Amino acid sequence: MAVRDDVVNTIAAFSLFADLTGPQLEEVAHLFDETFFGDGERILRQGVSGSGFYIILEGTAAIRVNGVDRTSLKAGDYFGEISCLLGEVPVADIVAATPLRCLVLPAAQLEGFLTAHPKVMYRLLQGEARKLKNTTKWLS
Amino acid sequence: MLVGSGPGGLQLSYSLSRMGIDHAVLSEDPAPGGMFRRWPVFQRMLSWTKPFTGVPHTSRMYERYDWNSLVPDDDAHRAVMPALMDGTSYFPSRPEMQKGLETFAERTGIHIRYGCRWESTKAIPSSARGGGQGGGQEFVLTTSDGEYRAQVVVFAVGVAQPYRPPILGLDAVPHYGDFRPVESYKDHRVFIVGKQNSGFEIATGLLPWARQLVLASPGATKLSVNTHTLVGVRARYVQPYEDAALAGGVIILDTTIEEVRKDGAGFLVKTRNATDGRELAMVADDVIAATGFVSPLRDLPALGVATFGQSRLPAQTPFWESAAIPGIFFAGTITQGAAGLKKHGIPSNSGAVQGYRYNARVLARHLAETHFGVRTPRPQLKPAEVVPYLLNELSRGPELWHQRSYLTRVIQLDRDRGITDEGILPLAHFIDTGGPDAVAVALESNGQGDPYPAVYLRKAGVVSEHLLAPHPLLDFSGTDYERQLGEILDPVLSPSASPA
Repeated sequence: MAVRDDVVNTIAAFSLFADLTGPQLEEVAHLFDETFFGDGERILRQGVSGSGFYIILEGTAAIRVNGVDRTSLKAGDYFGEISCLLGEVPVADIVAATPLRCLVLPAAQLEGFLTAHPKVMYRLLQGEARKLKNTTKWLS
Repeated sequence: MLVGSGPGGLQLSYSLSRMGIDHAVLSEDPAPGGMFRRWPVFQRMLSWTKPFTGVPHTSRMYERYDWNSLVPDDDAHRAVMPALMDGTSYFPSRPEMQKGLETFAERTGIHIRYGCRWESTKAIPSSARGGGQGGGQEFVLTTSDGEYRAQVVVFAVGVAQPYRPPILGLDAVPHYGDFRPVESYKDHRVFIVGKQNSGFEIATGLLPWARQLVLASPGATKLSVNTHTLVGVRARYVQPYEDAALAGGVIILDTTIEEVRKDGAGFLVKTRNATDGRELAMVADDVIAATGFVSPLRDLPALGVATFGQSRLPAQTPFWESAAIPGIFFAGTITQGAAGLKKHGIPSNSGAVQGYRYNARVLARHLAETHFGVRTPRPQLKPAEVVPYLLNELSRGPELWHQRSYLTRVIQLDRDRGITDEGILPLAHFIDTGGPDAVAVALESNGQGDPYPAVYLRKAGVVSEHLLAPHPLLDFSGTDYERQLGEILDPVLSPSASPA
């Protein structure tokens, strides 16, 4: 589904896209699809293939592992990148905790998108480093 | 209450009647057909009806090859379209499509109050006479012909209201729907904003007339032959793309359009390239906004119906009910707002007749069972019948072929009630809703090779996914598939399987 025309303004404020110019943001908005989930609806399903890379525009979502909610995600956060990058099924459910609007890119297009936008790739890498740091802290 | 008399409204009204559900259908049009009473502007459909298939036109399996007929439950009303096409193309002309819809409505006795315009909507607490379930409210539709009340309303009002993105000056140029007779573009320089099918349809029609054609939008053009889906420009309209690729004179630009300014008798269009930021200004005699359409939902967003995307589609549950306001449902091309699993980023075909005709039938049964106390029959199967039955549905079942990763055939494996065919259901509903042991099969695509069967097994409340290999001849009835499906179902079908 093509995106609403105010999406460019919304994503301009997200750290993932902080280095992009106006026309580049428009290009991103046209590359991604917009999607909507009702409260309680599942976006990623543990063990089910074919998911994508999601960026939250509005609302919050829960990361649910084996039925237990672990943490929550808000506007500007993203999910699904791990299964896209590894080509594997998601290891958690992502469930809408409120009505949720997202941008989505199919897994097969993530590599091309990131290599075409190295600054976005670097920001994503920073995000992954932060997640790894938090997990390490939690484990220790 | 049902609003709309396009293919989606007609299919739902037909299917509701077959379930014995009393309903009223309103339409502001004078006759059935919806958008197809006017468009496509070049008067030929993008969806085919293949006449010769080796499958009788009177069989359900023929629907896989006929994308344009509505789908009856009895053989007598099947395959209206091939019988009235003139044979010059397997894409029906627009008048043939309109005639097909009129013929179906007439033969099946669909009753519609035409010339009755839905104007506004109110939700009020349900009156005492109600018997429905859910929100405890009912809806009052104010129309040009007075007020109508119902506990369930279904809107099948299409996605055909012209939309223009907020580009400076674009509101002053004609939209796709304002296209003039082709002769009036003779020797003109024509700038088309938008690189979807509507833009390429116009460009194709103008190839023998225009001096220069420019198609521009920020995103790169996708082609359906590459995406293996309905996403992208369809093969019928690819000629301007080839013209551009061979430098024949058509120009296709991936660019941001910053301004469209009236300039003498023509226009000046300013663009900026996303990659290098370079500005480019072009002069055109005509600018056409082929920038898409929105759904004419009137006051439904004010009532609380959540919408999303450029087309302002209502957000919907897997059964096409508003995700925000229970009791409001949708049919027809609007049902693309219920995205389903959208595996590998591939949308369902709910935006097109061949997809949403099945959504309407599933919705009719859902409404009958959840709101009107009707219990439709569930045919029983013997254990040995399950595998061949599912493989036949996967090879030939039109619902699975047209709605991949979206609609599924469900067989319930309940110890007490036996093995029952639960019919066609939304795949997202099956996967996300618990229940007794069951198996659901769907056809799926990953956007690269041929479609392949997917099996979802629900055992003890947990759903597991099993993907089978594609077959070069798209036939999944062979012994290899029998063995594979048999192995997947063994834990729930074999006599030694533990009960759930």
